[in-house]
Amino acid sequence: MSQILAVLFDGFAYGMLLFLLSVGLSVTLGLMNFINLAHGAFAMIGGYVTYSLVAFAGWPFLATLPFAFLVTAIIAAGFEVLLFRRIYQSGELNQVLFTIGFVFSASAIAAYMFGTVHHSVPMPSFLTGYVELGTIKLPSYRIFLAAIALVVTVFVVGGLEYTRFGAMVRAAVDNQKVARGLGLNVGKIFALTFAIGSGLAGLGGALSIEILSLDPSFGFHILVLVLIVVAVGGLGSIWGSFVAAACLGIFDVMGKYLFPELGSFLIYLFMVVLLFYKPLGLFGKR
Amino acid sequence: MQQQITDPQKWMRQKTRISPIEIAFWLSVLAVPYIFFPNYLALANQIAATAIFCISLDLIIGYAGIISLGHAAFFGLGAYAAGILSQKGWGEPITGALFGAIFAGFGGWIVSFMIVRVQHLALLMITLGLGFLLVELANTLDWLTGGSDGLVGIDTWNLFGVFKFTFWGHTAYGYTLGATFLVFLLARRLVNSPFGLALETIRENPQRTTALGVPNRARLQKVFTISAAIAGLAGAILTQTTETVSLDSLGFQHSADIAVMLILGGTGRLYGAILGTIIFMVARDQLSGMNPQYWYFWIGLLLMIVVLFMPRGILGGLEKLMEKVRGL
Amino acid sequence: MKFMLTALLGAAAVFAAGTAQAADTIKIGIVNAYSGQFADPAAQLDNGIKLYMQIHGDTVNGKKIVIIRKDVGGIKPPLAKQLAAELVTRDGVDILAGNLLTPNALAVAAVSADAEKFMVIMNASTSFITTKSPYVARTSVTSAQLNSAFGTWVANKGVKEVYTMVTDYAPGKGSGKAFEGAFVAGGGKVVGSDATPVVNPDFSPFVQRIADAKPEALYVWVPGGTQPPAVGKALAERGISPKNTKIYGQGELTDDAALEAMGDVSLGIITAYHYNIHRDTKMNNEFVKAYRDANNGRDPDIYTIGAYDGMHLIYEALKKAGDDTSGKALIAAAKGMEWESPRGMMSIDPETRDVVQTIYIREVQMVDGKPTNVIIDQIDNAKDPTH
Repeated sequence: MSQILAVLFDGFAYGMLLFLLSVGLSVTLGLMNFINLAHGAFAMIGGYVTYSLVAFAGWPFLATLPFAFLVTAIIAAGFEVLLFRRIYQSGELNQVLFTIGFVFSASAIAAYMFGTVHHSVPMPSFLTGYVELGTIKLPSYRIFLAAIALVVTVFVVGGLEYTRFGAMVRAAVDNQKVARGLGLNVGKIFALTFAIGSGLAGLGGALSIEILSLDPSFGFHILVLVLIVVAVGGLGSIWGSFVAAACLGIFDVMGKYLFPELGSFLIYLFMVVLLFYKPLGLFGKR
Repeated sequence: MQQQITDPQKWMRQKTRISPIEIAFWLSVLAVPYIFFPNYLALANQIAATAIFCISLDLIIGYAGIISLGHAAFFGLGAYAAGILSQKGWGEPITGALFGAIFAGFGGWIVSFMIVRVQHLALLMITLGLGFLLVELANTLDWLTGGSDGLVGIDTWNLFGVFKFTFWGHTAYGYTLGATFLVFLLARRLVNSPFGLALETIRENPQRTTALGVPNRARLQKVFTISAAIAGLAGAILTQTTETVSLDSLGFQHSADIAVMLILGGTGRLYGAILGTIIFMVARDQLSGMNPQYWYFWIGLLLMIVVLFMPRGILGGLEKLMEKVRGL
Repeated sequence: MKFMLTALLGAAAVFAAGTAQAADTIKIGIVNAYSGQFADPAAQLDNGIKLYMQIHGDTVNGKKIVIIRKDVGGIKPPLAKQLAAELVTRDGVDILAGNLLTPNALAVAAVSADAEKFMVIMNASTSFITTKSPYVARTSVTSAQLNSAFGTWVANKGVKEVYTMVTDYAPGKGSGKAFEGAFVAGGGKVVGSDATPVVNPDFSPFVQRIADAKPEALYVWVPGGTQPPAVGKALAERGISPKNTKIYGQGELTDDAALEAMGDVSLGIITAYHYNIHRDTKMNNEFVKAYRDANNGRDPDIYTIGAYDGMHLIYEALKKAGDDTSGKALIAAAKGMEWESPRGMMSIDPETRDVVQTIYIREVQMVDGKPTNVIIDQIDNAKDPTH
């Protein structure tokens, strides 16, 4: 019994990692309807920000996290103004081509700057090892991930639902023309939203170094996983991504524990079957 | 198609007429590699086989509007079918290639029941997921496929019993280019037929076609099956001419690469698929030769520039340029 | 449409690089995965080539050695075959080398056989690649060589039961099979085995299964890079350590990054490897120092040593064969060649053209306050038993 509980928690924590990696995408793809395959590249940027601050400036890991968000968001805002906003109106295929091109270039630049080696970051001692709860051993870092994921969910969902800026974003996304007519600066709102989404990607990237480790092909590695989370969760729903990530994590880890020979099939099987019967995902609105 | 069409059959004939430029194109892809670049035939062979694959994807993306991120699954089915057939003792290339195409077409037909019931992101993700499942399956069936080491022991017999496949690629290029040309003719015939027009109409307005009594799903299933068979043919031919096949042929990266080539060239015009393949593969060959570690920076830049300045792909951009030049 | 032709010819004109071949050079073509998922091992391999040429010069027999690098970007045998063919036809190389990954190496071997070119496998470790061309020699290791020697060694230590966990693809399964075969032949029993997915592994469910089974001993095989630290962390999180379970594995399991991640719980893990950077000999210490100096302090690894010795084999074979750079002459020169490498004494088996070398059994021990792989035993002249 206690094993099952431990595995359940592992699955949930793995799901929270998936959520942190994909929450930014459920903003840019889910809300803004922009096929943003460059999401992984922004996650990679966040990862390298954290790595650089720790390795070259000697900062502690936790102190770097806000900067992984901020620096990535600023870089993303710059690219949004220069490049991405030009293709919001292009077709899906062009968005795919453009953002894939962006990942190619970003990953080559990362390889040039940081080398091809896998980087990891030293953790503070209270995040290594495990916490014993009765007979169950829960890994500390995973508890930390789950906590951060909950905080992020509260902030993003709350920010969208209950703040003025959130209302403006929803208006701009739902109907650009009307929003513009009401005097909203839609361009600015989109740029900010894109920056926040990418900043969240950067934060997710930084948090996942400990588990996935960081290298220049990071942007490609996580792409498929985050797409699965967002598609299963449903476009336009942050909460959906959260539930989807938790379900995927638990299903995957539990499945591997009970049926290890099916290990690598599970996550894809889950997605294909679910999307076939619920093409809009769990909480999709369109 | 602004002008009034008074005689539909005449209009269809006009659409299918082969222009002198096309003849020049096909003659040049035949002659240029053999005469000027005999040392590049191995590359030319890869390009020709990939162009078949790209045409197959254009049929579903460009004409039928089915966006797939897992089309390499069918390429790989054909590749493994032809490879295993050869490994088990039947290395005759033409029948082997047809076997690969039929096998992949059968796979495509089965999958098509699922594909036509979903759209948009779900469609994208289901094709992607099926591709991954197939890779895992092939890895698990390693007694048959060789697993991640790839299939070993493929031996392709001489073409027509005469021409030997060597690493120089003389036979290989001729064989593959011949197949490319035939596939092109078939695809062209298909898209210019009433069936092809029906597909484009379904793509543009599925409600309307339903109202007109067109069986949307049956049409889409048909084109998906044909496209899968052509992808399988491409896979079979590449396997035969290189005598190798491995899991990557089925994989996501391969699916993504081919989609990139198609969009780069321009969708829905067949020549876009061919041109996109040529440009992407030649660029990759030259850039990676110059700078093996960081070449994909330049590929990425190329893709972004094309989207910004030629939103309808390179061929679309060239056509637009031609119109401007003519207009002057 | 007219532009298509122009575009095609324009693209074709890019090719107009000459393939002039000077008689006073020897060209070595390297097919390697410089970009993509395997870029890091590829870079380590390439640095081994560079270091050898930096130390031993770039001329042999008065001829300049020219390296031509081709990026295959991952496991793509059709592309590897194309690149190998073009290295021969377009660049006129004399020798094909590199060969990081087995599927690609198999494709290159086919070209080596057809074109009769000497080929050196500097890393790929599946046994049967050397049978695909009579001109192939290997300077790395084979999975079977390493793990069957290790399986016998473990059985001889009196271990009765082992649980195996290997990566679910050919190198992992091959290594696991070799280990299990030798272990069972030595009187042991396999009480359970799991295969972990190649991509995106979260080891926690698999490690939990091991924790449930409570085996006497555990054998782990994972590819180098990101996975060894991940396995290490998962084992630590579940409280599995050599204190309660004997842990065995191929050397990747305890590479330095993994030891750092695992910390003290790694003490006592025993691994088998053909190269140990902490092996204290003059030659090895100089090699490690030279490598660190040339690569910003980074340590050499098995990819580096495979390439370094591969270049040694090429240089020595060229010297022995004189002016004849044909595949026949070079493979004849390479057969039976024996030399001292930073890894120890090694040779090329004259029958199978495969590598013969010492396998080191290492235990993680605390040295100067840091967990380090310490050699506790060695198996000399180990051959691949499957040939």
